[in-house]
Amino acid sequence: MSPLPAPDSKGLQARYPDVFARPASARLATPLMLLGALVVFVFGLVHLGFSPQRMLAGLHQLGWITMMMIPPNPGTSLPLYLKALGETLSIALLGTTLAATLALPVSLLAARNIVPSSLLRFPMRRFFDTIRGVDTLIWALVWINVVGLGPFAGVLAIAVSDFGAFGKLFSEAIEAADRRQVEGIRASGGSALHEIRFGLLPQVAPVIAGQVLYFIESNTRSATIIGIVGAGGIGLQLAEQIRVLEWQKVSFLILMILVAVAVIDWISERLRLAIIGRRAIA
Amino acid sequence: MFEIAIPHRMTAPVALLPAAQLATLNGAYRRAVARKRWRLSLGAVLFLLALFVAAIGAEVNPRMLWSHFGNFVSYFDRILHLDDGSFVVSNVAEWLWGLRKWSWLLAETILISYVGTLFGTALAFALNFLAAENTSPAPWLRFIVKRLLEFCRTVPGIVFALIFVIAFGLGPMAGVLAIALHSTGALGKQYSEIVENIDMKPVEGVRSTGAGWLACMRFAALPQVAAGFASYSLLRFEINVREASVMGFVGAGGIGQELIVAVREFYYSDVSAILLMIVLTVFVIDIGTGIIRSRIFGGGRRA
Repeated sequence: MSPLPAPDSKGLQARYPDVFARPASARLATPLMLLGALVVFVFGLVHLGFSPQRMLAGLHQLGWITMMMIPPNPGTSLPLYLKALGETLSIALLGTTLAATLALPVSLLAARNIVPSSLLRFPMRRFFDTIRGVDTLIWALVWINVVGLGPFAGVLAIAVSDFGAFGKLFSEAIEAADRRQVEGIRASGGSALHEIRFGLLPQVAPVIAGQVLYFIESNTRSATIIGIVGAGGIGLQLAEQIRVLEWQKVSFLILMILVAVAVIDWISERLRLAIIGRRAIA
Repeated sequence: MFEIAIPHRMTAPVALLPAAQLATLNGAYRRAVARKRWRLSLGAVLFLLALFVAAIGAEVNPRMLWSHFGNFVSYFDRILHLDDGSFVVSNVAEWLWGLRKWSWLLAETILISYVGTLFGTALAFALNFLAAENTSPAPWLRFIVKRLLEFCRTVPGIVFALIFVIAFGLGPMAGVLAIALHSTGALGKQYSEIVENIDMKPVEGVRSTGAGWLACMRFAALPQVAAGFASYSLLRFEINVREASVMGFVGAGGIGQELIVAVREFYYSDVSAILLMIVLTVFVIDIGTGIIRSRIFGGGRRA
């Protein structure tokens, strides 16, 4: 075996000057960007009141709180908590369904293949974005002013904030639909309504169903917190127990939430598989 | 247009099957459709039943909504009018009287989100290689790290904030840590999924030159995952800005404190001014991170 020839480094350097002699600006760009990010980070730490003493004292306190949480114990309030959990699940289910029902017809207006004119489409998109830009908790505050404290305000809050998300997602799903199936219906003499029912809906329905299920799942999480501002559900109990420092009840409530979310995850996973079929996953 | 030449006649004959065969096929088809319809309607009935039960659980009261819906509309009407009854836009200086204070609080909100996201990114970066199937050193470690990430992800950020406010005291520090912990859970999962999907051949290539584990990760794994990591972190930053805007509700810093006071004390025009500023900030951040993300992936490909 003959040894490999020595690399012709001079020739290589002459042929690829931009690899071997990168200008300083290109070489410095990444480190400078990282440095900038770091400077902002350190400024943030200082500005937001971070200090080693505070951190240590806080961690110490947190450790103590964690010790107090064990073992989780609901005391005598278990029925109350179960009812609150049921309320939370109800809020998630109703809010999501309401949002999806309202968003479906409106999202048609924001889809390019249904409404070609951007005059209507563009404001619709911005409208959805505005609604999405406001957090669910803020919507809950607004609805409490309208229908009073209680879970109903939570349902409406989740419905409104999901309406924005669904509007965007549905219109994207509709835009992604294959045009040819709609054309096929038209070619065989179908009316516009037939086109939507037999050409568009079968393509869009599984996607939408999957998204709605996913949102029911994620709304179970959202619904656990809107109680903090008084809109019903388990969050109300949780915030109250944290305020009165009943740590064993707090840990029990957190465990309940974890279990409920895991169960809902599992159910919606099964349902999604049943609706979309395995092909969408594989 | 294409011209299709069909000899002799314009319509092609469709061959019909013999009547008996056709009847069996039709019957099978009808049965299949009927079965599908039956299952669909069963699902619909179950779903409606669940909705009904949920409506009782959530104390839904359509009559109250009906009678109070005017409130909802008039609420927006009220927050869009100043105390003297004039429309907000007619006196912008009066409407945005707290512009300077609110801008600082919004800047603080963005800073909370930024620092929290960076903390979360660092923690998730450290943990995700332990949670990914192809890089994890031991199955038991992977199991523990995955459960830990799941816990951080499932407990809402604001619940962490409630607890941290008690442990670390009122102020933005609790908000930052709450966001950091929640982001760790969410990012750790997404990161480890990226790592599980990398091409292992470059890793083998680097290892064949005699490199150690760290060098393999640095020169073979990291270049494959860096863009994906950065993109997910930016997306998380965007989500966290929204999250940080409500952290003030529980005393964990940012604009939320001002907002909840304005809502609770019925300072109507302040509510609309603060909401407007939050929405605009979220817009700007959305668009900014969108531009950066598309540049990270290069070639103008928008995600």
